[in-house]
Amino acid sequence: MIKKGWRDLPKGGLILSAGNAIEYKTGNWRKEIPVIDLQKCNNCMICWIFCPEGTISVIDGKVTGIVMSHCKGCGICAAECPTKVIEMKMETNE
Amino acid sequence: MSKMTNIMALNGNEAIAEAMKQINPDVVASYPITPQTIIVERFSEFVSDGLVDTEFLAAESEHSAMSSCIGAAAAGGRTMTATSSQGFALMLEMLYIASSMRLPIVMAVANRALSGPINIHCDHSDSMSGRDSGWIQIYSENVQEAYDNIIQAIRISENKDVRLPVMVCMDGFTTSHCVERVEILDETSVKNFVGEYEMHNSLLDIEHPVTYGPIALQDYYFEHKRQLLDAMDHAITVIENTSEEFEKLSGRKYGLVEAYNMDEAEIAIIVIGSTAGTVKSFIDGSGNNKLGLLKIRSFRPFPIKEITNKLKNCRAVAVLDRALSPGSLGGPLFTEVRSAFYDEQTKPIILSYIYGLGGRDTTTNMISQVYQDLESTIKTGKTGKLVNYLGLRGE
Amino acid sequence: MVRLKEIAGSEEMLGCGHRLCTGCAEPIIVRQILHATENPVVISNATGCLEVATTIYPYSAWKVPWIHSAFENAAATMSGVESAYKALKRTGKISKNIDFIVFAGDGGTYDIGLQSLSGALERGHRLLYVCLDNEAYMNTGIQRSSSTPKGAWTTTSPVGKKVVGKAENKKDIIAIVLAHSVKYVAQAAPSHWMDLMTKVQKALKVDGPSYINVMSPCPRGWRNEPEDSIKLSRLAVETCYWPLYEVENGIWKLNYKPKKKPLEEYFRLQKRFAHLLLPENKPLFDEIQRLVDERWESLLKKVSL
Repeated sequence: MIKKGWRDLPKGGLILSAGNAIEYKTGNWRKEIPVIDLQKCNNCMICWIFCPEGTISVIDGKVTGIVMSHCKGCGICAAECPTKVIEMKMETNE
Repeated sequence: MSKMTNIMALNGNEAIAEAMKQINPDVVASYPITPQTIIVERFSEFVSDGLVDTEFLAAESEHSAMSSCIGAAAAGGRTMTATSSQGFALMLEMLYIASSMRLPIVMAVANRALSGPINIHCDHSDSMSGRDSGWIQIYSENVQEAYDNIIQAIRISENKDVRLPVMVCMDGFTTSHCVERVEILDETSVKNFVGEYEMHNSLLDIEHPVTYGPIALQDYYFEHKRQLLDAMDHAITVIENTSEEFEKLSGRKYGLVEAYNMDEAEIAIIVIGSTAGTVKSFIDGSGNNKLGLLKIRSFRPFPIKEITNKLKNCRAVAVLDRALSPGSLGGPLFTEVRSAFYDEQTKPIILSYIYGLGGRDTTTNMISQVYQDLESTIKTGKTGKLVNYLGLRGE
Repeated sequence: MVRLKEIAGSEEMLGCGHRLCTGCAEPIIVRQILHATENPVVISNATGCLEVATTIYPYSAWKVPWIHSAFENAAATMSGVESAYKALKRTGKISKNIDFIVFAGDGGTYDIGLQSLSGALERGHRLLYVCLDNEAYMNTGIQRSSSTPKGAWTTTSPVGKKVVGKAENKKDIIAIVLAHSVKYVAQAAPSHWMDLMTKVQKALKVDGPSYINVMSPCPRGWRNEPEDSIKLSRLAVETCYWPLYEVENGIWKLNYKPKKKPLEEYFRLQKRFAHLLLPENKPLFDEIQRLVDERWESLLKKVSL
């Protein structure tokens, strides 16, 4: 993001673009990445309610994966999954 | 001149409460502290009688009062409050935050000395301690001015080129508690003058969620502060324009300063607040056209051009400060006036007088002494004592 | 009744891109709370981890109106917002139903924020105050607050030769809040999401102030593994260290009665309590267990009345 000069900033230090923090990619924080076995997942949504980032992707009531750009790899989803279908794996560049 | 004016006998607190009633703000936060308490007492009577639509918030401290004002203003409400002295000091942290968020809050300040020792009487140490807070500071000489300034403050603070909070100051007890003859405008005229409040970036505008008060790190803080300076610069013109409009409504003329008997003056006193009245009284009694007065109405923004312009024919001036800045040379107003003259080709001799601290009375005899000192510096060509104290025992 | 399958995948009001630590429970709690709301919300946030990490200029992770002004005044700031709302509704300038939620840490609630909280509760503003209780001033680097439990390590109550962790007991904030005749007061934990979200819905129905104290495990300050944050929350409940209860119109109700596990199980996963598991500190540990037991017994008496 190009940093604006004082004349071009909204007045009062306000941030007017709600949720623009999404532009800041926290995915590069992680060492490990959760891998979900989507075949075995029963869509209980427990991982979704416990994720600090909101990076469990859910479409039409089904877990579809992890938002790679922002998952910090905390491992809570894997620790809490009742059916143990999430595994934390060391992230490789593949 | 407005057709429908009501003459009332009111003290400064009552007059301000009356102005607030006519403005009918959305939210008023209150906390008691002498000598402004009557403002909020009187206003709460208006609330209890259903004469205003205001949501009255009895805060549990002045810090919370200003915090609530910030919340209310950010939520799109026209917001007002009042305080003095220790209350002002307690909310100081929040004053900086209010101005940085560019919230048009209007606050009345009944100037009272800051502790310690504890003292409930007038001096300007409270509002002077907030001179860097980013608030516009307008000072009133008497009850009429206090009433008029509150009304104009709404327009100044809400102006789109300014959008800064404004404090309207009046001398504690001398103005806040003394009954004077006041011309009160009719309510319709006041409401038309202040107009409908325009919401900007309201927290209650759910469709357009906004974030107020983020953390700005080394890469942005400076830019935010620079913006604030720009708003303060615009305030100079806005204060003048608002005064012109107000004159059409009331017949009373205001500006950034008031020049009294300055046309042929060679020596002048520069002062803020009710003591200007004492000086005027002395000047009128003397019948001497060489004695002038420059009363400062707007301290922030500081009217450099007005000061150097109006005093350009003076050979010696005395700056009266009702506040201290320990460790600095003279008082805060003296420092700023001196600085204003630095780039001028011709400068008057400028002397500093500290006066009236803790409500110490300032008499016409003392004013006479000041003018005599000024005359003496011109005659002898010697400045003499640069920093003086009016009415101080032991000096 | 909150049905996970119905709300899962709905728009996040606290979006990603915030910079709270890996495994921090605060965003988990905030997400659960916001997903429980039915009306649009406005948030007032005290200075602290949540505030700082979600709004680093020019980025904001909040997709709802949000205000931070200072540390000790989240409740006072919200009092102003709510007052303006009342005024604007009365004069017909606003018609929508909006709910008001305050987020503050234990520092901004139990200590510096106590006055402002008390004022807001006494004046009866319609707001839900949520304390995210991680039991220390975490944002400034893990200093003790009056919420820090007895014996816990913090940087200002370190474990030394003369003094072993915090000497004082944890302040009872629920008792303080109840002294203001607040109609709905509760204690909750993110591990028990259904309980927390139900409480939020109940609280938001009160036409006045409500308060929920939520335990918030902090991997940095508690020195636990990030993936254990929810597990820790669960253990705190299971050991009766953090009971789940509510007080509705003065009636006490226990929401969950665990088969009381020994406190060691909760302490073992956090280095801030590691010294309490050493043999030389057994007397102190026993005293802390006794305090937890007394608090639990006292709660059981209140709910049975």
